[in-house]
Amino acid sequence: MAELEKTYTVKPRDFIRAGEVSIQIQSLLKSMGVTPDIVRRASVCAYESEMNIVMYGGEGTFTLRVDQDMIMIRACDDGPGIDDIELAFQEGYSTATPEYREIGFGAGMGLPNIKKNSDEIQVESHKGEGTCLVIYIKIN
Amino acid sequence: MKAGELIEKLQVELSAGATGLDNTVDNAYCGDLLSDVMAHAPQGSVWLTIQGHQNIVAVAVLKEIAAIILVNGRIPDDDTRTKADEEGIPVLLSQDTSYQVAGQLFKHGIGTDCG
Repeated sequence: MAELEKTYTVKPRDFIRAGEVSIQIQSLLKSMGVTPDIVRRASVCAYESEMNIVMYGGEGTFTLRVDQDMIMIRACDDGPGIDDIELAFQEGYSTATPEYREIGFGAGMGLPNIKKNSDEIQVESHKGEGTCLVIYIKIN
Repeated sequence: MKAGELIEKLQVELSAGATGLDNTVDNAYCGDLLSDVMAHAPQGSVWLTIQGHQNIVAVAVLKEIAAIILVNGRIPDDDTRTKADEEGIPVLLSQDTSYQVAGQLFKHGIGTDCG
């Protein structure tokens, strides 16, 4: 597996382009010959973390790194930060606005979906400063 | 079954994404919450939803969903149609409810081998 590192920018509240970075990552992983099951898991992780930035974050930076045995996705934003990280991982808990819920977001499944589809997840969040989510998926 | 066969079998209307009509449909999922679909929709599904905004196309691409049926007479946003055309995800329109469409799919053998 070729080693690769690529960085993308995710704009907050840009619902028109939301998901495009994840689709690019999906295509890239497929073209690198990553197995379909791993691509599917990485796609879920990428999309949920991309949407977290679009809905709740500030300016976001998305980094994909692929090496011999691991995919790493780092999604960082300079948004308001997460108040209670443990609560944010609880399935069904959401701080989505009514507007977001009307269009099918805010199921409280974003971070739980990432947890289920990754091998390791690290969250660093500071109130008023932003959030960094680092997701690891083993390739083999 | 090919996505294109759904048009006649379910009496639905093609709205966008015609280049994906050869996609193979072998399962189905009903859901209006996008993260629920991300969590549970099997690949190769036809997805039944009332959501007509453009974000459904990204979800469909990422979950390798074969086609989307908008139920209850919902119509897609223009941006949704454009994205569906770009990505080759057929968007089909039905006046029926999710339950009714799911029943028709089941009758045609879609998803019947799933637990």
